[in-house]
Amino acid sequence: MDIIIASFIEEVIVPKFNYWIYVILMMIGLFAMITKNNLIKKLIGMAIFQTAIILLYVSVGVKSEANIPIISHHGHQEHVENAQDEKHSSKLEVSTDDKSDKSDHHAIDKDKFANPLPHVLMLTAIVVGVSTLGLALAISQKVHGSFGTLEEDEILDQLKPGGHD
Amino acid sequence: MASVEFSLIPFLAWLVSLLAVPAIILLGKKPDAREGITFLAAIVKFGFVLLMLPLVREGKILHFSFSEIIEGIPIEFRVDGLGILFAIVASSLWILTSLYALGYMRSLKEHDQTRFFACFALSLSATIGVAFAGNLLTLYIFYEILSLSTYPLVTHHGDKEARSGGRTYLSHLLGTSVAFVLPAMIYCYWKKGGDINFTDGSLLTTDIGSGAGLIVLLAFTFGFAKNGLMPFHSWLPNAMVAPTPVSALLHAVAVVKVGVFCVIRVFTGVFGIDLLEKLDIAVVVSWIAAFTVITSSLIALSQDNLKRRLAFSTIGQLSYIILGVSLLLPLGVTGSILHVAMHAFGKITLFFCAGAIYVAMHKKYVSELVGIGRKMPITMTAFAIGSLSVIGLPVTGGLVSKWYLVMGTAQSDQIALLVVFLISSILNACYFLPIVYRAFFCRPEESLYEGGRQEAPLACLIPLCITALLSVISFFNPGLFIELAGLISNK
Amino acid sequence: MTDHLPILLLLLPLFGSLICVLLGRNNAAHSWVVAMISLGGSALLSLLMLIKVLGLKSGDFRYRMGGWPESSSYEVGIELRVDVLACLIVLAVMIVGFLNTIYSKTRVSAEVGEKGSFFYALIQLLIVGLCGIIMTNDAFNLYVLIEITSLTSYALIAMGNRRAALSSFNYVIMGTIGASFYLLGVGYLYIKTGTLNIDDIHNYLRSENLWASQSIVVAFILIMLGVWTKMAFFPLHGWLPNAYSYAPSMTGTFMAPLMTKVMVYVMIRVMLWLFGSDFVYSTESIWSELIIWMSVVAIVAGSFLALARNDIKKMLTYLIIAEVGYMVGGAWLGNLNGQAGAFYHILSDAAMTFCLFIAASIVIIRTGESRLNAFDDLFRKMPITMIGFTIGGLSMIGLPPTCGFFSKWYLIKGGVETGQWEFVVALLFSSLINAVIFFKIFERAYFGKIKGIKEEVTVQDRDTIPAGGIKSVPLSMLIPLCVGSLSILIIGIMNKNIFSWITKALEMVNG
Repeated sequence: MDIIIASFIEEVIVPKFNYWIYVILMMIGLFAMITKNNLIKKLIGMAIFQTAIILLYVSVGVKSEANIPIISHHGHQEHVENAQDEKHSSKLEVSTDDKSDKSDHHAIDKDKFANPLPHVLMLTAIVVGVSTLGLALAISQKVHGSFGTLEEDEILDQLKPGGHD
Repeated sequence: MASVEFSLIPFLAWLVSLLAVPAIILLGKKPDAREGITFLAAIVKFGFVLLMLPLVREGKILHFSFSEIIEGIPIEFRVDGLGILFAIVASSLWILTSLYALGYMRSLKEHDQTRFFACFALSLSATIGVAFAGNLLTLYIFYEILSLSTYPLVTHHGDKEARSGGRTYLSHLLGTSVAFVLPAMIYCYWKKGGDINFTDGSLLTTDIGSGAGLIVLLAFTFGFAKNGLMPFHSWLPNAMVAPTPVSALLHAVAVVKVGVFCVIRVFTGVFGIDLLEKLDIAVVVSWIAAFTVITSSLIALSQDNLKRRLAFSTIGQLSYIILGVSLLLPLGVTGSILHVAMHAFGKITLFFCAGAIYVAMHKKYVSELVGIGRKMPITMTAFAIGSLSVIGLPVTGGLVSKWYLVMGTAQSDQIALLVVFLISSILNACYFLPIVYRAFFCRPEESLYEGGRQEAPLACLIPLCITALLSVISFFNPGLFIELAGLISNK
Repeated sequence: MTDHLPILLLLLPLFGSLICVLLGRNNAAHSWVVAMISLGGSALLSLLMLIKVLGLKSGDFRYRMGGWPESSSYEVGIELRVDVLACLIVLAVMIVGFLNTIYSKTRVSAEVGEKGSFFYALIQLLIVGLCGIIMTNDAFNLYVLIEITSLTSYALIAMGNRRAALSSFNYVIMGTIGASFYLLGVGYLYIKTGTLNIDDIHNYLRSENLWASQSIVVAFILIMLGVWTKMAFFPLHGWLPNAYSYAPSMTGTFMAPLMTKVMVYVMIRVMLWLFGSDFVYSTESIWSELIIWMSVVAIVAGSFLALARNDIKKMLTYLIIAEVGYMVGGAWLGNLNGQAGAFYHILSDAAMTFCLFIAASIVIIRTGESRLNAFDDLFRKMPITMIGFTIGGLSMIGLPPTCGFFSKWYLIKGGVETGQWEFVVALLFSSLINAVIFFKIFERAYFGKIKGIKEEVTVQDRDTIPAGGIKSVPLSMLIPLCVGSLSILIIGIMNKNIFSWITKALEMVNG
């Protein structure tokens, strides 16, 4: 039995542990968003949910022993091509013998630089997440202002036909 | 092969009554001018239709199209024998009905007369549109416009009864056409590869197969629920809440005949008699029609409201027409097409009489008509003639069409259907003749009426005399109708 | 100049909204002028763009943001891609936006008070977001733009009463889940292909034949779930009815016709351009079967729920849910007629929903009653409004010559062609239910109250509306209504042209 568990951990969980973490976090967030009664708790769930996805992207962009992708002493043209190469290198599950081999004649070694694209994307996603959260907090403040509570069931009680609406 | 000729006249004939609508609305404050417009439009329309008659008799087919609305399907008018026959009946009776409506509406001091006459003109336009429709889509569009434009007429009184009647009316007519006709039409459009124009031949071919063919045929037959086929008939008795001129022209002639007209078109134009023979599916429709004939006649017997009795009689007579077509024999088809005209003259007479009785005596139940013959002799004489025509007795036009229908049935060797005709004729007699008999020949003490004659106003009386006369004339001189019917059935 | 049209028509409302913000509180009148200019200008530009695209042989053109040079392999920069379909929807968005701004003129001060200029700022931002969604050729950008539209619409909805705030909150939760699912799906695609450009992803999937890969299937499911949540596809529709009916009226009239429709367009785009019809239709044929059944359920459920509602706007919102079912089903039929019918329905549904919402809003505002008995006897009192409502209603039922008839025609034809009879039956069924719903209203409006029957609640004296109430309805509300109902007829009558443009564009992508 131990062996089965051990091999499961070794073969399924360890090589893809970043996926496991993101899925677990996402489920926690989703659970909170759907089941929690308090509006703020729902928002906390939402923040966890969004962070989980950010985690996925960022963990995908990781490259061991690579540096930040700032390349000096190159003109504009190379810069462009370099960016293209970076894109290629992010195909994690694709065999390496595709189009990327034509980049060999460049002086830049793509293995030394991390792929900036996922991080850049996630900067945007973080901004989106923050503004969603801010807006949602503002709305919940408005809800609190007009209902006097943030508990969903109490609000719904007020909205029942018998209530004053 | 008939020659197809481009002509503007069908379009104009259609347009006349449409143009009358805004004119009627604008002249709403001046009743005389308003009715003048109605008459003018009716007469001009009849004139246009007559103008086309000689051309069609020469075997030409008039054709007019504009605005291709869906790939390959324009709005198209195409006038052939069947169409012109129906158009003649509808447009000539419109003139008479206008006169009648004038008398009826004014002597009862009805409200919203402008709306009434405007919708009337609009529905006539739609009727002519159906009569001249050159493809299924055009047919469908005008069919729907007719349903919608007659709705305000049915619900004219606006009370609870009218509203619930109107609800039944619209839900039956719109519901069936959207649920059955539309998919069947699209199926044909798809099957035919983007063309549903009527031609001399059939639209569909044998590769449709019996199963799908039957479904499509039934979808069309039930979908055009204006034909009153059971079980989608109950809109017609409910529509009797309308003022009598509406019941007379629309629910004895225009609307219900549009229903059977569409079915005849489907049989002759979409499927074609030959194809139906090969597929051997029309017999299903025959039996549904036969069932309707008998059942509706039985129900009519038990109706005390005169207009409702007439309505159930109409349902039965309409099924004669469908039955005749579904025999798939030239004689049967001729009989059906003739019956469209003959029944129209007879039934409109009966409705006119019912309305006249209501105007003069405010009676609408059969049981109240005992002895009325002495009070309103002209009206009741006309009623008697109308009854004879609907039963199919000499000397009225009803005999001619029924003759053809019975001959067709005999030729098809369907003895059971022959029996249906026989029984239903007896039933027809049972629900009409007692009314006539008791109106004239009751003992003085039974009579519910006293005093001298008291007929409805002349404007009501003249039209009903003319239609009664037409019923008689069409017995002695049915040649024109037979000739036009032959244009279709002898192909 | 014409090469820059796509970006120009985005920039105009973007700067417009900035100006509106700068104008600050209590400056609704000036903001209105700014919004009118920017949206009117953009509407003209999008018309120009449509004309330009119709003249193009290739059928589409691309705009490289930031002037990145073309590259032989993957696209580096962010592209805008414009074809006839995109042009038509952008035009629809702009026209609805422009008309809605006219409508807002008198309503803003009444419904959102001193925050009027912020309303205009938000609505312009929303339009930027919608047009961006339609035109962008970058999967991640699509996410950002979806979130821009969502954020602005959350705020716009929350401007209403206290119920609006609550429904906006629910919308935030559902909307974020949907958008996050979409983002997740894009993440999977990115991991597999290393690019975010829609065409590049498609080509890569095709050349490497990755369609059988589980990651791609998961990505597809995630993206679909996300998009469906955003478009309120039954049973993911929970957020929509409350959000649209409690929002300020001029927000409802803008979002109801457009938001779900644009998301349907995104779905079609994802299906055909991103993944490709080979993947979507043939390899997993069980899917289309399943999803068509789901859309059948959506249509039937939406119609029934609408029938059961006694609140005008709620009823209309449930009708939207049924209509979404039409479009999803049509797109999944997998033939040209279905796809083109779904697309044509986007346009016609936008027109008729706009018309109905404007008319309903006018009725609710004038009568002060949001239930169906608001309509009692309105044909006499507000004839123009009711004619507009009638045209919209007839189009919903699907009677010729309104555009609703033709979209149904194409959808049914698509269903007949593929033998998906359940879809055909559902379409006809919903027509019938719509007929019941609308004729119930027409009857009320036409005859008024039945004498002798007491309404359960009479909220206010109906005679306060003067007869011929047209004079009491400002022109700024009637013009959008009239244009909207006219456009229903125009789209209907021009269906042949529009349909041939659509099929041409779709044929190009289907190969």
